[in-house]
Amino acid sequence: MDSFGSDFSSGGSGGKMDTGTIMEQVKVQIAVANAQELLQRMTDKCFKKCIGKPGSSLDNSEQKCIAMCMDRYMDAWNTVSRTYNSRLQKERARL
Amino acid sequence: MDGQGATADPQLQHFIEIESQKQRFQQLVHQMTEVCWEKCMDKPGPKLDSRTESCFVNCVERFIDTSQFILNRLEQTQRGKGGFSDSMLE
Repeated sequence: MDSFGSDFSSGGSGGKMDTGTIMEQVKVQIAVANAQELLQRMTDKCFKKCIGKPGSSLDNSEQKCIAMCMDRYMDAWNTVSRTYNSRLQKERARL
Repeated sequence: MDGQGATADPQLQHFIEIESQKQRFQQLVHQMTEVCWEKCMDKPGPKLDSRTESCFVNCVERFIDTSQFILNRLEQTQRGKGGFSDSMLE
């Protein structure tokens, strides 16, 4: 993370970084941040749903529950994204 | 930052504007997924059934309605009473 600022100004070989490279890097950083956000929230939610009393190991039924929970969380994410997007489209058309 | 360096590049500026907008969208999707998951999801099954899916759809629509309602009402009370922020600060 702390290399981000310095990469920005100094570039790879001491010269100034060109705009294309900066944009590429920013895009990668954004994608990573979004994946982390999803991972964290998904872990939270599925832990809550699937682990009633934490035992000495993650047992088979818990693993099955987590796998299903992950898939449903992605479904939910996509449904929310689709709904929000079409709502935005509608509001934009009204203006 | 005054006209120097990265901000001076109009292409980069445009890129940042677009990406910020996309990021606000993504952030709200994360947030609403979490809120609506609590409201709509019982036990995760092998499929997202249609009842749950329409709960998610309604949840998103009502969440946005709520946000807009609150914004409008705050605006109105602020205009009507000549600033509710005074009473909030006290």
